[in-house]
Amino acid sequence: MKVLVAVKRVIDYNVKVRVKSDRSDVDLANVKMALNPFCEIAVEEAVRLKEAGTASEVVVVSIGSKACQEQLRTALALGADRAIQVEAADQLDSLSVARILQKVAEEESADLILLGKQAIDSDNNQTGQMLAALMDRPQATFASAVVVEGESLQVTREIDGGLQTLSLNLPAIVTTDLRLNEPRYASLPNIMKAKKKPLDVKTPDELGAQLAGSVELLGVEPPAERQAGIKVSSVEELVDKLRNEAKVIA
Amino acid sequence: MSILIIAEHDNQSLKPVTLNLVTAARQIGGDIDLLVAGENAQAAAETAGAIAGIRKVILADHAAYAHQLAENLGKLVVELADGYSHILAPGTTTGKNVAPRVAALLGVNQLSDIIAVEAADTFKRPIYAGNAIATVKSTDAVKVMTVRGTAFDAAEATGGSAAIEACGAVHQHADVRFVGEELAQSDRPELTAASVVVSGGRGMGNGDNFELLNKVADKLGAAVGASRAAVDAGFVPNDMQVGQTGKMVAPELYIAVGISGAIQHLAGMKDSKVIVAINKDEEAPIFQVADYSLVGDLFEAVPELESRL
Repeated sequence: MKVLVAVKRVIDYNVKVRVKSDRSDVDLANVKMALNPFCEIAVEEAVRLKEAGTASEVVVVSIGSKACQEQLRTALALGADRAIQVEAADQLDSLSVARILQKVAEEESADLILLGKQAIDSDNNQTGQMLAALMDRPQATFASAVVVEGESLQVTREIDGGLQTLSLNLPAIVTTDLRLNEPRYASLPNIMKAKKKPLDVKTPDELGAQLAGSVELLGVEPPAERQAGIKVSSVEELVDKLRNEAKVIA
Repeated sequence: MSILIIAEHDNQSLKPVTLNLVTAARQIGGDIDLLVAGENAQAAAETAGAIAGIRKVILADHAAYAHQLAENLGKLVVELADGYSHILAPGTTTGKNVAPRVAALLGVNQLSDIIAVEAADTFKRPIYAGNAIATVKSTDAVKVMTVRGTAFDAAEATGGSAAIEACGAVHQHADVRFVGEELAQSDRPELTAASVVVSGGRGMGNGDNFELLNKVADKLGAAVGASRAAVDAGFVPNDMQVGQTGKMVAPELYIAVGISGAIQHLAGMKDSKVIVAINKDEEAPIFQVADYSLVGDLFEAVPELESRL
């Protein structure tokens, strides 16, 4: 079974995001970038499938400027076999990304395509679903457990009411939720080894993918700030404030 | 303009978030139709028809739609999409699962989790865990989007009498099968619809201690939530998680107990009207957004809170 994992370069999740003073976008100058945490979980899952002998090869793909090769190298250090960078703008819309991934998945004849459920920058949560639709293949989003059973997958999904289990025939698309696994840290020898692993660069044109670009960012503003309120010294005072000042309890 | 709303329901009853979507649709403007796709979902369709200001309810009743599988539901929506300028789904796990599929099949992009309607083609949506709000304009012929329910008031549930139109289209993807589900059983209100939410974090120490919060919640008619740390530690199930990747809540009163206040958690609750934080760590970031802060031991404060309610 061949596994394709799509990964995204995003702002490190520990960095506090600031809006540019002209409010055109968020300020990404000189901030630490990293592999999107959900994508890291997807890479980990693929590597575990390889280690279990279920997956024959793990290919990682990222779409963006050359800078995303850094995240591809991270994925290679975590255990992926080879990488593909599709050279494109960094903030491509989800439909364009899904169309590119479709072409890559077809070229690679991937049996399982793993993606993070959302990127922590755009918070879109849509690329995996779009890809599945374009390929007319089944999807299991927000996965917290994946079990391969021959030519099918049994996937447990985290849904609003609890957990749901689906059975999907391969090829299939799975997007990862937080509790699917705990990603490993790349060891120094593996980081060194990753530098020698193959990394191909392609363009959307070469792949025959048509870009969409139908969403325009008009501006970005900081959210309404909440002011810290008051300290109460006792539960008695708290209940009194909630009852008589905020009037939110009877 | 005309708008199709994918109704959220469990085959028997319509979920309250559908009413918030109706308000979002009214702000866009135009005729509003509701799609109820399910199995034996006549009752949910009738509730939908009673919502004020609905033109019609489309009921697609078939086993293929029983579990809202995105593969089947997506194709159904695409088949019905002709003539609609907007297709709205709730920002729930069901809506997020299907709306991108609909958009991709229609060859358009999808806007996620909109929180404000600026114009029929321009919307606001949170990015970076709510640390920035983007204004985006879609040039697509059909605007497909998910809507954050808590950002819009609920529409009147009654007063309408829209006709229910049956749709016999059946889409059943051969390569996906529903196996089962474990749904939390609770008499408490749903997290995203509750007017009071009591949430616990890592400070709760273990799952049994959530019983302290349950008692407070029972007195307040509240839902019980949790931080990611509490869910990851196995204290409580995933469906209780409030935050960037869990549920977005905006109740009248949010009581955070033993929660430090990571930005990912704040993203899910900072639109609450009144926030109370109880934490023994005076430096906890949760206190920066709380209206009422109580520094102290939750194991003393929470039982006392319960006794005083």
